[in-house]
Amino acid sequence: MTAIVDPALAADARRERRFFLSLSLPALFIVGLAAILPILWIIRQSFLTTGGEYTVGNYEKVLSSGLTWSALLTTLELSLGTLVICILLGTPLALALASARPRVANLLMAFVMLPLWTSILVRTYGWLVLLRRDGLINAALTGSGLTAEPLPLVYNFTGTLIGMVHYMLPLFLLPVYAAMRDIDANLVRAAASMGATLGHVIRTVILPLSAGGIFSGSMIVFIYTIGFFITPAVLGGGKVNPLSIRIERTLSTFQDWGSASVLGILLLVLMALIGVMFLAARRLMARNKVGAAHA
Amino acid sequence: MLDAYPDNRLALILLWGFSALVMAFLMLPTLVVVPLSFSASDLLEFPPRAYSLRWYENFFGSATWMAGLRTSLILGTLTATVAVPLALLACISINRLGGKAALAIQGVLLTPSIVPGILLAIGLFFVLAAQGLVGTLFGVLVGHVVLAIPVACIVLLPALARFDWNQVQAARSLGANWARAIGGIIVPQLRLSLLSATLMAFLTSLDESVISIFVASGRNSTLPKLMFLSLRDQIDPTIAAISTLWTAIVVVVVLIVTLRQRS
Repeated sequence: MTAIVDPALAADARRERRFFLSLSLPALFIVGLAAILPILWIIRQSFLTTGGEYTVGNYEKVLSSGLTWSALLTTLELSLGTLVICILLGTPLALALASARPRVANLLMAFVMLPLWTSILVRTYGWLVLLRRDGLINAALTGSGLTAEPLPLVYNFTGTLIGMVHYMLPLFLLPVYAAMRDIDANLVRAAASMGATLGHVIRTVILPLSAGGIFSGSMIVFIYTIGFFITPAVLGGGKVNPLSIRIERTLSTFQDWGSASVLGILLLVLMALIGVMFLAARRLMARNKVGAAHA
Repeated sequence: MLDAYPDNRLALILLWGFSALVMAFLMLPTLVVVPLSFSASDLLEFPPRAYSLRWYENFFGSATWMAGLRTSLILGTLTATVAVPLALLACISINRLGGKAALAIQGVLLTPSIVPGILLAIGLFFVLAAQGLVGTLFGVLVGHVVLAIPVACIVLLPALARFDWNQVQAARSLGANWARAIGGIIVPQLRLSLLSATLMAFLTSLDESVISIFVASGRNSTLPKLMFLSLRDQIDPTIAAISTLWTAIVVVVVLIVTLRQRS
């Protein structure tokens, strides 16, 4: 199909291309209707009063409110906290799985992915049961005498963070595990034969070569957690208020569509900023040839 | 990979010990609800002192929960029915066009899975409110379809990449129209992938909660929405029963999909 000279055949190829293009139209149409139009509608709504007149008052109101900025801070704290814990828990686990025999690794991966296949509400419920004042973990802690009083583990920032880490860890693990699996074991053997200690090999061979995977995993964690709703709504117990919760409260409690829309746009802008930062960092990494093969 | 360090016993034991703890952390909340769902007590005691099926009876005997289950099953079926054909056509288009056009189409189709659910939910709520469609099944359905399309595409694109397009050209040159070529050749050959895509689309809808919470209401409330409301108010062991059933169903579906793909 590369060198068509006959004009009739060229017209045929063009017609066929148009036909293939048209096949994606139904899917594109419904995505436009149910995803892109709603986003545009949020932008429109942010400039309207409850009466439907044009205003910038919503922006003034939301941006001058202290609640907005503390919500922004909470959003970033939750995302960053989740990311740090995911890196600390996920990287060693990925290393263990990548060094296991393929059969064992596949079986363990299936278990690790189990939460990914369970409804977020099921998992949130599980954490409620475990973390409550009279829950399983507090019963174990006070029963064994480790703590005199039950610890406040849920309906606060700690509980929300636990739930979010639990949701994100498998998603973080996937790219890191894939990157580590791809490392040529001979590199590690070569380093070992020349006397490098295990710690040295991890620092200078394994981690740099899996940097691309850790990077992708981090981007996934950030993009997902920035808009998290269910986990803070249930495990936060009304005390943890990231942007998503403020949006819901502004909409359902105060019926303030305009302000809710401004908060939504703030969330969108935050996501775009973080996306741009990650892409810029990736370009920088590729230029420095650090983990370029996996980036 | 670490086989070059057989002498570092302690380091390896530490690494695997730590990994075991992390894996326990991952599985704990899913597993803990199973024994609770069979408890005879109103309290969430662990381990339960006596066992019963009362929470399952409670679930199946409740008109509200049953209406939620019905809505969720209908919605999942409709989502799969609408999303998979649309995804198949879009994937054929992406597969045949290639280059920048294919990337652009993929980019647009992926948008709903990147945008935070809460934004899709309130945006959809505004659009539906303007048409007086909030609370209808239709509103939730379009939301679920756009989330299911990328999921179905992930299954169908690699399958189409393996498909030998010459067969379609042969059929076309023998006079088959496009509908016949797609329905008679592509669909039967991709049937296993289409089945996987259908199950995944169904699960996507069944699992979705944020759009449901904002857009569904009254009789059209989905199971996740009812679970969310119930979790916010009080901790009812009925949820443990639902959770256990749910996990069992999902594990079975995922097993079917993975085993099918292997064979």
